[in-house]
Amino acid sequence: MSVPVSLLGLLQREPSYGYELKREYDAYFGRGKPLPFGQVYATLGRLARDNKVVAGGAEPGDGPDRRRYAITDSGSEDLERWLSEPLEPEPHLQTALFTKVVLALMLGRPAERYLDVQRAAHVQRMRELNNLRRTGTVVEALLADHSMFHLEADLRWIDLTSARLAVLAEEVSR
Amino acid sequence: MSMTQARQRPGSTAEPSPAPALLEGRNIARSFGQTPALRGASLGVSSGEVVAIMGPSGSGKSTLLHCLAGIFRPDSGEVRYDGRRVDQMGEAERTKLRRTDFGFVFQFGQLVPELTALDNVALPLLFNRSGRKAAYRRAMSWLERLDIGDMGARRSGELSGGQAQRVALARALVTRPKVLFADEPTGSLDSVTGEKVMNLLVDSARQEGTTVVLVTHDARVAACAERELIVRDGVVVNPLPTAEI
Repeated sequence: MSVPVSLLGLLQREPSYGYELKREYDAYFGRGKPLPFGQVYATLGRLARDNKVVAGGAEPGDGPDRRRYAITDSGSEDLERWLSEPLEPEPHLQTALFTKVVLALMLGRPAERYLDVQRAAHVQRMRELNNLRRTGTVVEALLADHSMFHLEADLRWIDLTSARLAVLAEEVSR
Repeated sequence: MSMTQARQRPGSTAEPSPAPALLEGRNIARSFGQTPALRGASLGVSSGEVVAIMGPSGSGKSTLLHCLAGIFRPDSGEVRYDGRRVDQMGEAERTKLRRTDFGFVFQFGQLVPELTALDNVALPLLFNRSGRKAAYRRAMSWLERLDIGDMGARRSGELSGGQAQRVALARALVTRPKVLFADEPTGSLDSVTGEKVMNLLVDSARQEGTTVVLVTHDARVAACAERELIVRDGVVVNPLPTAEI
């Protein structure tokens, strides 16, 4: 889900090649689950089709010819929107949140503010679930509880990450 | 404008607060020795609102509550309650304000151990020179309202944590305060008991039109409030609704 936006984020720093993008993606976001080459090029192809990136002409290199990709204005707008708007609060969004924080730090964006906005969205969802728990049936309350515990876990991660942003920024900055 | 009209409904955080603040902090700074706890915290709380103050340990959230409640005097900045400068009041005036207009619930009930639950709840009314009979009648009605009517004769050592917090809540609300300050009110309770106490706190406050300022590190507790303020490094990072940050 966050592969296209991760590639856009990497390209926002500077234009790059498919191979380089894969290498950087694996280093920052892959963590034991490297991105297959096929998926890199398929994603770049879709982004190019949607006018989010543009591919340069074929450049000869040591190996096969390669293309240099650059982000477009429309791609930049998508990236900015994704960074600044909270994700839909739902269980298991850790990977997307993690990606957002790393990209924000890498690009010098206000990661702390993004986390604050996300925290507000999470607490708001907890508020809605709280109302459901108080007015709904036991089954609804238990389902709401399940979601609330996951949101709580996210919130604890958000708090911890907020406290460690300075260290993380050092690690991801080049 | 009545308190009910001024109250924000849950989910209204994206809209600017329409009511003037009942309680307001402007650039509050407070240090303990060389250690700054607040470095220019600002916030506004409308009448009837239930607001949670959140933040990591040491962020200054409890100090902020103590400044707003007139327990601590800020080193600089302003605290206004109902248009009055709390930070400029003398000790006696602040004590009176706390007794007449504010109620308090802390993490550990802080009941007077030698007194019964009923005595503890009646105590603030007796301090405020209410008649003894009326004070005890009102104290009893609050114990009943919080489902601990049968605990009135017990001393705090004979109460469970949850029961003691309900007694503390009854004691805080019995004087019908305009503002209830609660500092980690469920911090010493298990989650099920904590939730019951929290629901009682919020429901009672809403029924009474009482404004609540609640300090918590627990998102689940904060979700009971209508709005949350985040304190970081002694500053409120979101004094405005989220959409206006």
